[in-house]
Amino acid sequence: MLMKLFTDFMGWIDKRLPVTDAWNKHLAQYPAPKNFNFWYFFGSLAMLVLVNQILTGIWLTMNYEPSGDGAFASIEYIMRDVDFGWLLRYMHSTGASAFFVVVYMHMMRGLMYGSYQKPRELLWIFGMLIFLVLMAEAFMGYLLPWGNMSYWGAQVIISLFGAVPIIGDDLTLWIRGDYVISGATLNRFFALHVIAMPLVLVILVFLHILALHEVGSNNPEGIDIKKPKGSVKPEELSKFTFHKQYSEKYDIVDAVPFHPYYSVKDIMGVAGFLFLFCWVMFFAPEGGGYFMEAPNFTPANGLKTPEHIAPVWYFGPFYTILRVVPDKLLGAVAMFGAIVMLFALPWFDRGTVKSVRYRSKLHLVNLIQFAICFVVLGALGTMPATPTANLIGVIASFGYFGFFIALWFYSKNENTKPVPERIAD
Amino acid sequence: MKKLIIAATFGIFVGLVALTPLSATASGPSIALDNANNDLSDKESLKKGFKTYINYCLGCHQLQYQRYNRTFTDLGIEEADGIANYMYTGDKVGGHILNSMPKKEAASWFGSAPPDLTLEARLRSPDWIYTYLRSFHIDESRPFGVNNTVFKDVGMPHVLQDLQGVSTIDEHGKLSPAMGGTLTAEEYDVVVRDLTNFLEYVGEPNKLERKALGYWVLAFLFFFFILSYFLKKEYWKDVH
Amino acid sequence: MSNVPVNNGRRRFLTAATAVVGGAGVVGAAVPFIASWNPSARAKAAGAPVEVNVGKIQPGQLIRAEWRGKPVYVVRRTEKTVSELAKHDDQLRDPDSEKAQQPEYATNAYRSIKPEFLVALGVCTHLGCAPTHHGGDFEQFVEGVPNGFFCPCHGSKFDMAGRVFQGVPAPLNLVVPEHSFISDDTLLIGVGQGDV
Repeated sequence: MLMKLFTDFMGWIDKRLPVTDAWNKHLAQYPAPKNFNFWYFFGSLAMLVLVNQILTGIWLTMNYEPSGDGAFASIEYIMRDVDFGWLLRYMHSTGASAFFVVVYMHMMRGLMYGSYQKPRELLWIFGMLIFLVLMAEAFMGYLLPWGNMSYWGAQVIISLFGAVPIIGDDLTLWIRGDYVISGATLNRFFALHVIAMPLVLVILVFLHILALHEVGSNNPEGIDIKKPKGSVKPEELSKFTFHKQYSEKYDIVDAVPFHPYYSVKDIMGVAGFLFLFCWVMFFAPEGGGYFMEAPNFTPANGLKTPEHIAPVWYFGPFYTILRVVPDKLLGAVAMFGAIVMLFALPWFDRGTVKSVRYRSKLHLVNLIQFAICFVVLGALGTMPATPTANLIGVIASFGYFGFFIALWFYSKNENTKPVPERIAD
Repeated sequence: MKKLIIAATFGIFVGLVALTPLSATASGPSIALDNANNDLSDKESLKKGFKTYINYCLGCHQLQYQRYNRTFTDLGIEEADGIANYMYTGDKVGGHILNSMPKKEAASWFGSAPPDLTLEARLRSPDWIYTYLRSFHIDESRPFGVNNTVFKDVGMPHVLQDLQGVSTIDEHGKLSPAMGGTLTAEEYDVVVRDLTNFLEYVGEPNKLERKALGYWVLAFLFFFFILSYFLKKEYWKDVH
Repeated sequence: MSNVPVNNGRRRFLTAATAVVGGAGVVGAAVPFIASWNPSARAKAAGAPVEVNVGKIQPGQLIRAEWRGKPVYVVRRTEKTVSELAKHDDQLRDPDSEKAQQPEYATNAYRSIKPEFLVALGVCTHLGCAPTHHGGDFEQFVEGVPNGFFCPCHGSKFDMAGRVFQGVPAPLNLVVPEHSFISDDTLLIGVGQGDV
């Protein structure tokens, strides 16, 4: 009886909006390679954290006061006077760091298995745009508690724009809307942080997934699960039913429908992730001073610089690249260049073999040195600048950029291993 | 594949270990802090710390984000008792713990206005507060005749001097035992520990509640993880 | 779930169990979001009980106190006014205060602790306007009743015990808030008689 009511209702909807079709196309009959490993959890986890940030963010705005006089006190109001306000705030602050952990892992996955290569260049570009907007979002959000580190962190980053030739000083003035960072800056950052950026972020995530489902998911083997129509013997086809959009064009092998197989697997991933997340959130929400920095427990003071200004850890790699270049303009160029390199990755890599499993030893080494350099740059970014740190930073920066340059050279005629036709069990 | 992960993890680990001494030495000369060893669940200690705060600190340092009645509830003080024994400023019981020191004048008296201390324990750490309050020494060149080894040239007088007495400093920067106070060194340490304990509480009044809730959440998530693991295994029988 | 080859009992059980436990988790996660809409400590502090000195109110005079952001009318009724209260019972909707618009201790002919003092929210039970006090010139609204409250928004009328007259839009008597006397002259609004 209830079942029939539901079927009738869905029938009524489907005639007007293809809900069931979309469900099948993107979940219940979406062909996902059967060999996703650990690294494939991070896409769904990024979505989870995004939802967490949006929900807790909306709830925080209910009690937050975006003004120079009221911001800091309103955070303490949330922490003390609002029922469970402290939890909502920690969910949001821990979520910010978790977002970058998850996204960096997600990007590393892309590097390892060549998920940026043809035909997934646009998918990668959308992903990079998400990363860029996320950084802007995090930077603006970090000003909102109006603590002293918020203030001076923003001061340093905004000053970067002063490196732009000719218009630099006017540009920084325009961004701040005042001669110093002030309530005016706070208010515009607040507007962008809670409305503009999240809106763009959600649209980009939507496009990212749409582009993914158009070209199909890559996998750790880097083998295409969609074979030309008619090239596969019927008994070797996947035993599952896939949406006709995929099955009419291709013979699909070694795939499972995303739902229920990867939905149950992702639920497990979510449970594991939330365990770690809550561990940090409930027992060390300050993240050892990396997630919430101690100087931020005193209100913004334009006359008193914290002893050691460091950006939040997730900006570390880029901040170090900026810092090791002994010229303001060139430093800024190098920093933005580091991000541009990532954007252009699909064109730096001229190889056709996707997964690191079947690529040359040289590529494996290059990839490992890149990961190490990235982490080292990140760690240096949170430390004071000393000559030794600077030297290590220079070396790691070369490692970072070297990855792309070297890739461009060796990927053309790389000594790769033979790639199997099919994904082994 | 495994090799890659192992190699990368190893490399990152080695890299970070190599950087560790850098971060330790690079943050500049810092004083070794004594361990406060305070216990947030010790309500008697918190009450004594609260009392010390009211008597010695509140005159200059407000707790502008902390309410009296919240403090009474958290510390297990009856409201009537609290009003009679902890509230001397004529504020409302639901109000914040404030004083009436004029900020501008205070800045000229001390060099800078005495800061609010609600978040001091989060800003500087409980160990810092504990060590700081035990590190005053005679220095005739300073306006109040004392200086501090943890916070050099601080504008604050040694408010607890009646209790501790005062130390002198030798040319190696070592403090002598304090002389002339009403308390022994051990008794004074307890007073400061209680005060530190109270300030850590005020910094985040729901800290204990947070951890208590955390255990339940983690237990739940662990159970949910086990369940979802079996569910995943059950479904993936179809594939393998 | 046509895309799943097997659907045995074990699988159904695990699916149901995960759904139930996961659902419980979602409900648990919703708690902080819902709870954060409760009045905060600041709102509660601002809504704390209010003391009013009633010693200086002249007979027949009304003073307004503010409690939880709402006006509270405190009227010192004259003996004449108190004695007149029973005379127009037949014109009222709820002359005996049967509807729970007042605490137990104020459910009496005067709707108050002491006959002398009326304590009522100055909020019309129709749509929330503030009724105005008419001392001596209420006869223009109800014949034979010299004192009362008239709501200028939609013409609701109340007597000097805050009881609503018939034939007006307001359905209920004015609310008598929890209140008590700390001393003869000090009224405490927000804490009921016997609660302290």
